[in-house]
Amino acid sequence: MKPAPEDLALRFEDVTMGFDDKPALENVSFELGKGETGIIVGTAGAGKTVLLKTAMGLLKTWSGKVFVFGQDITNLSEKELFDVRGKLGMLFQESALFDSLNIEQNVAYPLLNQNAVKCAPNEVRPRVQEALDFVELGQTLKRFPSELSGGMRRRAAIARAVVTKPPLLLYDSPTAGLDPITASTIMTLIIKERDLDNTSALVVTHRYQDGNLVANFRYNPEDGKLAGTKEAERKRTKFIVMKEGKLIFDGNQQELESQQDPYISKFVKKPN
Amino acid sequence: MLDTLKGPIQALQDFFQLAGTAIRNLWRTPHYTDDILLQMDTIGVGSLPIVVMTGFFSGAVMALQMGRALGQYGQTGRTGQVVSIILVRELGPVLTAIVMAGRNSSGIASELGSMKVTEQIDAMRALGTDPIQKLVTPRMLATAIMLPCLTVIADFVGMFGGFIVGRYIYGIDTHEYWSSTWRALEWNDVVQGLMKPFIFSFVISLIGCYYGLRTTGGTQGVGRATTQAVVAASVIIFILTFFLTRIFVSVTPS
Repeated sequence: MKPAPEDLALRFEDVTMGFDDKPALENVSFELGKGETGIIVGTAGAGKTVLLKTAMGLLKTWSGKVFVFGQDITNLSEKELFDVRGKLGMLFQESALFDSLNIEQNVAYPLLNQNAVKCAPNEVRPRVQEALDFVELGQTLKRFPSELSGGMRRRAAIARAVVTKPPLLLYDSPTAGLDPITASTIMTLIIKERDLDNTSALVVTHRYQDGNLVANFRYNPEDGKLAGTKEAERKRTKFIVMKEGKLIFDGNQQELESQQDPYISKFVKKPN
Repeated sequence: MLDTLKGPIQALQDFFQLAGTAIRNLWRTPHYTDDILLQMDTIGVGSLPIVVMTGFFSGAVMALQMGRALGQYGQTGRTGQVVSIILVRELGPVLTAIVMAGRNSSGIASELGSMKVTEQIDAMRALGTDPIQKLVTPRMLATAIMLPCLTVIADFVGMFGGFIVGRYIYGIDTHEYWSSTWRALEWNDVVQGLMKPFIFSFVISLIGCYYGLRTTGGTQGVGRATTQAVVAASVIIFILTFFLTRIFVSVTPS
C-alpha cells in the first residue's frame, strides 16, 4: 500500500536537473517514509550528491517536483527555502566546517542563524555541548577544524547537522576516506541518531557494508554498541542504486541482493 | 559567433546580478556588523604598510623625474605642485587600487574559492545564511569605506616622499614645497581623488567575490580564480580610470 503524502519525509517526482546542458539527474522518482533510512549507492558521478543537494533545495530542478514533508519545494525562493532547510540536517562530503570558526561556533551556527529554529541565547551552549557529547567530542569546543583529524571533523559536522534536531538527515559519503575503525564509529553515530531521535535519513555511500549495518543493526543505549535488529525494523531501511543520473533500483536489501544486473551486483557484497 | 559571445555575456550578467544583490542587501537584515569590522581590519588596516610604501616611493620617484625636468626651465620650486596634482588626481587612486587589487581581490577570491570547493558555501546556505549577505556585502562595504581612506593616506605619504627628494636632492625650501603643494589643489581634485577610489572599491571587492563564488575544480580552480580576479580587477581599474578622468575633465572648467 502506498503511504499517504503526509507520511513521507521526502518525495522525488520525475526529477531531472543538471549543469550547463548536461543532465545530472534524469527522471528520478522515489519516496522516503518518515522514520525510514534510504541508502544510496552508485559509482562516482552517478548523481548521488546532486540528489542530496536537490533534496535540500541547494540545486534547482529542470523539471519534476521535490516534496519535503509534503511541501513542494521546487519553486520556492531562497528565503522560503531557509524555513524548509530548518527541517533538514546535512553532512557534507568534506565535512564543510567553517574554517574561521571554532568547533563550538560551528555547531552553534545553525542554532543562531536558522530562522526556523527557535533557540534562546542561554540554551545555545548546553545544546552545543549536548550535540558534541553525542558525537563524543565534548572536549573540543575551542579547537578549530584544522586542528582535528578527518574522522573528528566528520563527527563535528554530524554534531552540527543534528544540533537542531531535524527530522530528516542527509549524509553525503559519511565514511569516505576514513579508516575502517573510524568509518564504523561514524556509522554507529548515524544509527544512534536514527534510533534515539527516530529520524529519517538518506545516506550516500560507496560501501555496501555501511548500508548493511544500517539495515541489520540497532543502537543499544546500554552499552553504546550496535546489536542485531529484528525483522520488523529491517523494513525501515531501503536501498537506492544510481547509475549515470538515473535511479535503477529502489527496494529493500533482500530484493537488492537478488538482483542479477552486473552494475548492481558489483555493489552488493553479501554478508557471510 | 553568437555561441562565442554567450559565455562573456552570461558572465557579465552574473556579475551584475551579484553586484545588484550585494548592494540591495545593504538595506536588508540581518546585517553582519562583526564581519564588516573584521573585513575593514583585514582589507583596510592590513593593506596600510603596502599602501604607505607604494605611496611614498611613487611620490619620491615622481619628484626625482619632475625636479629634473622642471629644473631645465628653472622651475624646480614647482615640483611639489606637480607631484600633488598628479598624485591626488591620478596616481594615488590608481596605484592604491592596483595594489589593493593585487592584495585583496586575490585574497577574497582565494578565500571564497576555497570555501566554495570545500562546500562551505553550500553549508552556509543549508544552515540558513545567504552567502551574499554574509560574505559579499561586508567585503564590498568594508572596501568602499577603507579604499578612499587608504588613498588619502597614500596621497599624503606620496607628497611627503616628494618632499624628501625635493628638499634633500634638489634643495627646495620646506615652506615653498608645502605651500605650492597646498595651493595647487582645488576642491574638484579632491572630489576626483575620492570618487575614483570609491568606484574602484566595488571593482576590487566584487570581482574578487565573483571569481571566488564561481570557483570549480578543486585547489587548481582556486588558483585559477585568484589569478583571474587580479587580472580582471587591474585591467578594469585602468580602463575605468580613463573614462572617469574623461568625465571629470569634461565637467571641470579649465
